[in-house]
Amino acid sequence: MNASPVVQIGLFLIVLFALAWPLGRYLRAVLDGRLSARFAALAAIERGLGKLLGASPDEDMPWWRYATAIVLFNVLGLLAVYGLQRLQLSLPLNPAGMANVEAGSAFNTAISFVTNTNWQGYVGEATMSYLTQMLALTVQNFLSAATGIAVVVALIRGFTRRNAAGIGNAWFDLWRVNAYVLLPISIVLSLFLVGQGVIQNLSAYQEVQLIEPVSYSQPKLDAAGQAVLDAAGKPVMETVQAKTQTIAMGPVASQEAIKMLGTNGGGFFNANSAHPFENPTGASNFAQMLAIFLIPAALCFMFGWQVGDLRQGLAVLAAMSVIFVAMFGALVGFESQANPLLTQLGMDAGIGNLEGKETRFGIVASSLFATVTTAASCGAVNAMHDSLMPLAGLVPTWLMQLGEVVFGGVGSGLYGMLVFALLAVFLAGLMIGRTPEYLGKKIEAYEMKMVSIVILVGPILVLGGTAVAVLTPAALASLWNPGAHGLSEILYAFSSAANNNGSAFAGLSANTPFYNLMLGAAMWFGRFVPIVAVLAIAGNLARKPRLAASNGTMPTHGPLFVVLLIGSVIIVGALTYIPALALGPVVEHLQLFSR
Amino acid sequence: MNAINEALRKPGSTPGQSEAEQPAMNESKTVRGLALFDPQLVKPAVAEAFRKLSPRAQLRNPVMFVVWVGSALTTLLGVQALLGQGEAPAGFIFAIAAWLWFTVLFANFAEALAEGRGKAQAAALRGTRKNVVAKKLPQASREAKHSIIDSASLRRGDIVLIEAGDTVPADAEVLEGVASVDESAITGESAPVIRESGGDFSAITGGTRVLSDWLIARVTANPGEAFLDRMIAMVEGAKRQKTPNEIALTILLVALTLIFLLATVTLLPFSIYSVNAAGSGSPVSITVLVALLVCLIPTTIGGLLSAIGVAGMSRMMQANVIATSGRAVEAAGDVDVLLLDKTGTITLGNRQASALLAAPGISEQQLADVAQLASLADETPEGRSIVVLVKQRFGLRGRPLLDAHFVPFTAQTRMSGVDIREADGLRQVRKGSADALRSHITALGGRFPEAVNELVNQVARRGGTPLVVADGAQVMGVVELKDIVKGGIKERFAELRQMGIKTVMITGDNRLTAAAIAAEAGVDDFLAEARPEDKLKLIRDYQAEGKLVAMTGDGTNDAPALAQADVAVAMNSGTQAAKEAGNMVDLDSNPTKLIEIVETGKQMLMTRGALTTFSVANDVAKYFAIIPAAFASTYPQLKALDIMQLASPSSAILSAVIFNALIIIVLIPLALRGVKYRALGAAALLRRNLLVYGLGGLVVPFIGIKLIDLLLVAIGAA
Repeated sequence: MNASPVVQIGLFLIVLFALAWPLGRYLRAVLDGRLSARFAALAAIERGLGKLLGASPDEDMPWWRYATAIVLFNVLGLLAVYGLQRLQLSLPLNPAGMANVEAGSAFNTAISFVTNTNWQGYVGEATMSYLTQMLALTVQNFLSAATGIAVVVALIRGFTRRNAAGIGNAWFDLWRVNAYVLLPISIVLSLFLVGQGVIQNLSAYQEVQLIEPVSYSQPKLDAAGQAVLDAAGKPVMETVQAKTQTIAMGPVASQEAIKMLGTNGGGFFNANSAHPFENPTGASNFAQMLAIFLIPAALCFMFGWQVGDLRQGLAVLAAMSVIFVAMFGALVGFESQANPLLTQLGMDAGIGNLEGKETRFGIVASSLFATVTTAASCGAVNAMHDSLMPLAGLVPTWLMQLGEVVFGGVGSGLYGMLVFALLAVFLAGLMIGRTPEYLGKKIEAYEMKMVSIVILVGPILVLGGTAVAVLTPAALASLWNPGAHGLSEILYAFSSAANNNGSAFAGLSANTPFYNLMLGAAMWFGRFVPIVAVLAIAGNLARKPRLAASNGTMPTHGPLFVVLLIGSVIIVGALTYIPALALGPVVEHLQLFSR
Repeated sequence: MNAINEALRKPGSTPGQSEAEQPAMNESKTVRGLALFDPQLVKPAVAEAFRKLSPRAQLRNPVMFVVWVGSALTTLLGVQALLGQGEAPAGFIFAIAAWLWFTVLFANFAEALAEGRGKAQAAALRGTRKNVVAKKLPQASREAKHSIIDSASLRRGDIVLIEAGDTVPADAEVLEGVASVDESAITGESAPVIRESGGDFSAITGGTRVLSDWLIARVTANPGEAFLDRMIAMVEGAKRQKTPNEIALTILLVALTLIFLLATVTLLPFSIYSVNAAGSGSPVSITVLVALLVCLIPTTIGGLLSAIGVAGMSRMMQANVIATSGRAVEAAGDVDVLLLDKTGTITLGNRQASALLAAPGISEQQLADVAQLASLADETPEGRSIVVLVKQRFGLRGRPLLDAHFVPFTAQTRMSGVDIREADGLRQVRKGSADALRSHITALGGRFPEAVNELVNQVARRGGTPLVVADGAQVMGVVELKDIVKGGIKERFAELRQMGIKTVMITGDNRLTAAAIAAEAGVDDFLAEARPEDKLKLIRDYQAEGKLVAMTGDGTNDAPALAQADVAVAMNSGTQAAKEAGNMVDLDSNPTKLIEIVETGKQMLMTRGALTTFSVANDVAKYFAIIPAAFASTYPQLKALDIMQLASPSSAILSAVIFNALIIIVLIPLALRGVKYRALGAAALLRRNLLVYGLGGLVVPFIGIKLIDLLLVAIGAA
């Protein structure tokens, strides 16, 4: 995959839109209930489900019941994931004999997978049993993705309904998304990945002979696993020779598909999609990137059709695409620059910054993956973001800080973007002298209150969390890199957690009580505060009449609106994070290049 | 001439008196130009600005309250620095503190200035509401003996007698009598109007004066609830309630303030970390953080927000419109459909004769002769226009009518004419609607010719009103009456269409006539043969489609429709019921005023939106000024971001703060006058305002801050 950036992103977007279009139609049929109405078997299953729940698909919930259902559903998921981790040693499918996960880490991981973040403070192949990977993590990958989609569908209903009390039925929305959308596509994608070489087994880890033994030195450990210190307080080093290597196995492909499709991002292995068993070829890499953007893009089409004007959806999609392409351009541009420190040592400046990248992907595909995974709130990585050039590293950080609205998480990206659309429409509406309206719904004080809450949550968690961390010695002890880069690492961690991305800058030992707790809280509130606020908006909008558009109504489908929407996202993101970014990546860049 | 404007221009003058002294003055323009920074208004506003420094007053405006707290904090830090423990040189801290206080004062001043105008208007109105004596009657009878009481003690339902020369003591409904009333105190219109019991002219307003005859009226409002009281309450800013959009915007401004509070507060820990990491410099000072915070939060719009609202109400007053709430004015900006009565709004009040169409076998001359006979005694504008037409066309002059008895038009007969006693009996000359004449002629044993029927239809198709003329049982022909569409109205409607507002003409005419006039006037739609309940239904239908409807009305039978409409402008000449039902009253009773109201409503919103955009866009330049300066000691490399090349870190921060304060003063005229409204489509308007206030907001501070920095260097303050 050494094609030029233009070719790669062009091909990527063309294939993406070609696939998203039909999926958007399909999603519409699923969530309108038309699909289950057509097939008697599905209708029967839903009737059975309805009996079980004492509900029916036609029974609308008011927004607060919808929100309660969603939160309750996820709390149950949280308990299940936590429990499975804590008990995995006593449970089957644990050939490697993984110990029960420590409480702090299990708490963090449970929140992480329930909130669609998939921040991983643990090392997958050295912590989780196959049962935990499958039943806890993979299942949550499905459920958290369905949660996001259900919420955006409820919000769209808020726009399309008039004078309505309810915004749909949460249980059936969750069921339909999982059963009719996520599951079938994941199966197809898993099979494709297996075809590319992704493993799928329940075998024990394999011990293989190294062709050439390797010698290395490591700190000598005492019985308690602590480093033995010499008189000067430095660790005592010992030289070890390795003749064999342990190869981790597992049901990878089945988890890999939904990890991408549901914008979850939690890798089976610690190396995530840089690992050859997760992402072996250029083709698997391309498919994984497509899978990340597929549902977020399809939802934009679906949104347009649902509100009765495809152009509305295309405008949102256009705004996302423009920001995405610009960010990719910036990232690939900065990555094509060589690190001056290495150039000084005589490296060829022409090859750009290859540090932390897999050679089978190269700079362009790695840059594209990094942009995709942080534009969407996926967080899977195929290269080490910590090794990006300072300003290149700023791009993924900032994409997350924008609130994960550039495609974003499945569902959450679109509802986040629609919140920004409400903000843009509010300002623009005032500027043309009308009470702002979007899609025929007046945007009033109540909506602005909820919009403000959604917009405020991110900065509070990210800036507040980072500020607490840099003042806490225990948090600073986790830093492997001093200086401005260290600030970038902490800022990245909180940006990733609070915006439910889950990728890590690395360089930060995050499996500590401080980070497990702080990042866990950031993930939980970063996910569910906006969800409740968005559902409140949906409920309030559904109650309102839908106004007719006239010549005096601001059009929300043209290029002007796209510019306005982009402007709102960028300005809010820029104004909030410029000072912090200036002291992190910007200073690092200036220091690096002024030498 | 508008009494209120008059009083504004010449404080102390009695409304109405100056009418003769200052003729031909273009009132609203002069008042606006003169009064914006008129010393009469500026002096009290300056004093008021200092009075508003009390924290209680500041708490009403969250954005400015943050500035207030910042000013107090930096002042304390300055004092601490004087005592020798400062985080920065005392001079620098005090300079920042001083400009932060100025920021608060400038915002206070803007609000006080706007309120000052409202207060002057209120004072002018109060002048007309002096307590007068009222003649209270025990029952509604001229014979009853009245008791003299103070007007302040009148209650709703009391009955009063008002005689020539008396001031009307309270808002009231005429029960008996007819009188001419001078309403100039309220409307500024000097020509007296007739008020009488029953019908659409029965409402009288407290403060007006009966010129001739007498009235017996029932009081309709308790003291303090009268029309004038409501007017005064509205123009006095202090009691102003925030409008819905203002509340929504305030929420957004608070959210922005919180975001910037977070961004600046967390800079202290980041700075401490950076100092440790870089091993050089010292953490950013509180003074600089406060300066950064105040520069970033939307002080421009925060400081001017309430001034914009007060000024909007004030502008409505200048247009001689009284709104019952700011909400109503705002709603006017959102209107989609405008219902306009044809008569008086789209056409000149009266139809005029334009052609004579003779029946077969009758010459035009004969028709003209009979038509004139039928109209000589008819004092209605239509009748007079027939007399004028035959005189112009056929040289027929008026003649004395002997032994003639005038038969006036009534709603039952729907015709008028004269009965002339002649040698061979009674000659009945009649003109009227085709239907009425047909039955009249059939009753007399005559025949209504088919050809005349055809003429009648022709006229109707052209948009005219056919009047059939008959001499006894002989049909003479048809007089064509035409509506005269007001000059310039077509262009107004085109403008409204540009704004996205649909105009609907309401008329009692038949469909054919209505269609023709609608086409000539350029309205989008019409409702013909409209009864009051049709109007109500039309409004409900539009509202069901999700449209906001505005209408004007004056009659009691308009009241239900007025109450249903989203924006309802009652004519001051209308009935009490209409005024109660509407949410605005037009003192000039000019139905076209609705268009101005819509524009004012839009202006208020646009001004807020434009200043918010400007305010937020400003922040980019302020970051470029302050961030490199704040961290100069820790990371000198950040100097690369100082694209304005400011003289020193302290001058950079000071320049940004000074710019932030001065821009409020610079924008006061814009806030008070409002962003100019142009009748463009929404997209074009948005593009324009985004360019001016968005792009302008990005660029202007770069230039402004650089200039202030150069000035600071020049005077040696940097």
